Amino acid sequence: MSATVHVGLAATVTGGVGASPLRPDGRLKVTGEFAFSSDLWADDMLWGATLRSPHPRARITELDLGPALRIPGVYAVLTHEDVPGRRLYGLEHVDQPVLAADEVRYQGEPIVVVAADHPETARRAVKAIGIAYDVLDPVTDPEAALHADRAPRVHADRPNLLRHVPIRRGDPHAAAAVVVTGEYEVGMQDQAFLGPESGLAVPADDGGVDLYIATQWLHVDQQQVAACLDLPADKVRLTLAGVGGAFGAREDLSMQVHACLLALRTGRPVKMVYGREESFFGHVHRHPARLRYEHGADADGRLVYVKARILLDGGAYASSSGAVVANAATLGIGPYDVPNVVMDAYGLYTNNPPCGAMRGFGAVQACFAYESQMDKLAAALGLDPVEVRVRNALHTGDRMPTGQLVEGPAPVAELLRLVQSKPPAGAADFPPGGTANTTRGEGVVRGVGYGIGIKNVCFSEGFDDYATARVRLELIGGRPAVLVHTAAAEVGQGLVTVQAQIVRTELGVDQVTIAPADTAVGSAGSSSASRQTYMTGGAVRAACQAIRTRLLDRLDGLAGELRLVDGQVRDADGGTVADVAELLGDEAIEETVQWRHRPTHPLDPETGQGDAHVQYAFAAHRATVDVDTELGLVKVVEIVTAQDVGKAVNPAAVTGQIHGGTAQGLGLALMEEIQLVDGKVRNPSFTDYLLPTIMDMPPMTVDVLELADPHSPYGLRGVGEPPTISSTPAVVAAIRAATGAALTRVPVRPEHIVGV
Amino acid sequence: MRVTCTVNGTTRTADDVWPGESLLYVLRERLGLPGSKNACEQGECGSCTVYLDGTAVCACLVAAGQAAGRDVRTVEGLAPEGELDPVQRAFLQTGAVQCGFCTPGLIVSVHDLLARVPKPTDPQIREALAGNLCRCTGYEKIMDAVRLAASSAGTETR
Ligand code: FES
Ligand code: FES
Repeated sequence: MSATVHVGLAATVTGGVGASPLRPDGRLKVTGEFAFSSDLWADDMLWGATLRSPHPRARITELDLGPALRIPGVYAVLTHEDVPGRRLYGLEHVDQPVLAADEVRYQGEPIVVVAADHPETARRAVKAIGIAYDVLDPVTDPEAALHADRAPRVHADRPNLLRHVPIRRGDPHAAAAVVVTGEYEVGMQDQAFLGPESGLAVPADDGGVDLYIATQWLHVDQQQVAACLDLPADKVRLTLAGVGGAFGAREDLSMQVHACLLALRTGRPVKMVYGREESFFGHVHRHPARLRYEHGADADGRLVYVKARILLDGGAYASSSGAVVANAATLGIGPYDVPNVVMDAYGLYTNNPPCGAMRGFGAVQACFAYESQMDKLAAALGLDPVEVRVRNALHTGDRMPTGQLVEGPAPVAELLRLVQSKPPAGAADFPPGGTANTTRGEGVVRGVGYGIGIKNVCFSEGFDDYATARVRLELIGGRPAVLVHTAAAEVGQGLVTVQAQIVRTELGVDQVTIAPADTAVGSAGSSSASRQTYMTGGAVRAACQAIRTRLLDRLDGLAGELRLVDGQVRDADGGTVADVAELLGDEAIEETVQWRHRPTHPLDPETGQGDAHVQYAFAAHRATVDVDTELGLVKVVEIVTAQDVGKAVNPAAVTGQIHGGTAQGLGLALMEEIQLVDGKVRNPSFTDYLLPTIMDMPPMTVDVLELADPHSPYGLRGVGEPPTISSTPAVVAAIRAATGAALTRVPVRPEHIVGV
Repeated sequence: MRVTCTVNGTTRTADDVWPGESLLYVLRERLGLPGSKNACEQGECGSCTVYLDGTAVCACLVAAGQAAGRDVRTVEGLAPEGELDPVQRAFLQTGAVQCGFCTPGLIVSVHDLLARVPKPTDPQIREALAGNLCRCTGYEKIMDAVRLAASSAGTETR
């Protein structure tokens, strides 16, 4: 099969760990040459399109493919019956149909896929398919779904309760002098990456398929696609195409199996690209949540107990809901030291859109509630909101509600004091509502609010979490050069830069090439859970160390502390002992390493006790807002944030993550919500699903602490998620401070502020 | 139908264009210029921004037929082969690029802004880029990139 497919990159990076070299893919990205998954092209390729259910719950009573098949230019029209292998897939539970058989469980569920020679022909063919439904009442209320007598089962073969994580610590009946309670709600947020779901499947001569795809985890896709196609894994080869953002939305499959099915059936390359509306139906979202909290404290504001109940709407299929529930539970009281905890977190099946991974992963929803509670507690005690947090702040050596010891730095109080100590914000660039607003400032009030959050880094609960790296040191043109090959997904975060930085630091070699990520090398695990610099970074470092050992072994008899710097072997005093090029000669050294973080353990199913997490990360925010109290409009004037990153492997990329994560948290606070009515999405477009623009974002001040974690490579701490977690409650707290409105739900709407 | 227009200084012709196709589709799928991106195809994100007769527009909103006989300039045509425009260089240097999907559209929008307002104030930058969504950066480093391009661009030709 001849196909012209352009992916990957090869470029050199200068600068080691702690520097901020330019991204090796940056030049291609600014010139427009970087090949995103939607840019792929092959000779003779067809376009795929998908028929999706318009109903959240229905039985399919009739299906007539004839009219679609008769359209000239249509090459294949496939249903669940054409899936040769397993007809279901899923990350934690294999419960989601590749194509719906006789029942659909959410609006947008795929039923039929089509391949045609023009995307418009494919779309017309989808419209021409004859289909009839017996529409059923959807289960849309997660509270009702929890009770067998209040809602039917979404899946006939299992209850609607997907997972319950209880946590019990200390005395469940502890009493306190000051008690505050609250009920909170978090809307359904979308990851809204800009690069739509897309990829190109190319049938191969060996009966297999090559898939070029934007994903977060090549190997988990490969496993699932191979099972559905009934092919051995080595016949389903995946290569990472350019990824236009991820944020959790590419952890589950979207069009992967569909495109491969169509390619194998037609014998031609098939490209699928979702439009924006389809993208809203094509991936999981952030779980909407209802949260009930009771905080008890003594007269000094020291927390005596927290009781909480968290309900997460998982939607129609499980995705990663189980892990999200565990995160919400285990991180659910925040970075505070509390002796008595009664926590119950539940994940439910409903007929709402499936929910799964999104940046922050269960920690986001809980943080909005527990931080709102801390402000309430401060108000009840007449204390400053930062003071009440500092009095309860988690420290090294404290225990989480799961009993897990907090090892390594836990600078909770320090981060709070840091953001509090910054000078107050100046005047805003724009009034609330932007330049079009007619306000002259009469109804505009200012408020300041704080938030701090906690996030686990890497996969938890005993998951065998590893990353693989293959590193090769050889002479190219007489100079030492390194090739790094991993399957780790660069999704924008800058992993390609970081891998080369690590090589440079470990091997002292300038010339580093990052091979395209593919499944020809072992799994790197997912680009999620803020884990890739830790994990793939750790694997690359370990591979480099193995290479260094082998190289130095060639220096017979020379022992002691030797380092590789600038192509030379140097001793402890900096004296040159040998030249790497000479030592290496014609013989390349290659090492492939599978690297693991220290093991974690499952939670006790009744008490929630257990060392479930690898590492904790913390960030704090201070938000300053101007609110037009008449119109209910908010302008965030400034955000100050501080985060402990252990070691900033690439300081520029770290601040970039903190900026971007903070923006997504601001979006959840003020505007981002998938609006559902009876299980149907009302706003699947960028016209109606609002994202923060450059007008909405304020200037940000970022402080980065580097307090090394003794267990992690270079002492680093995962960076990507913490900034998303605490910016939401900080913004809402600032609006409350300005207006006095209760604001128990995000996103905050103008009517919540003006109280109509 | 057949559509002929000037793209990045060269006369280009696309055959068999369907009536519903946008300029964006023709550039990406028929003329081999996928640099302009397709994040919404509804005029909401700015990732498809190109110059049409010198005016920055969303290519997804321009019907292919409307571009006939006109002058189109895309991100691929901002600098000669192998070189970078000062705006491109500034995005690279300030770390304003993460996933990069918004980048081509933003670069054309910034290029257009600086051609009209060589030394924009921060509020002017924000207003000019209000139609360009970026999901990765929170816009801070994009602001840095525009400020850098404005400071270094003045004397260089664009
Ligand atoms: S693709 Fe044209 S504005 Fe979004
Ligand atoms: S860099 Fe990813 S959308 Fe802007």
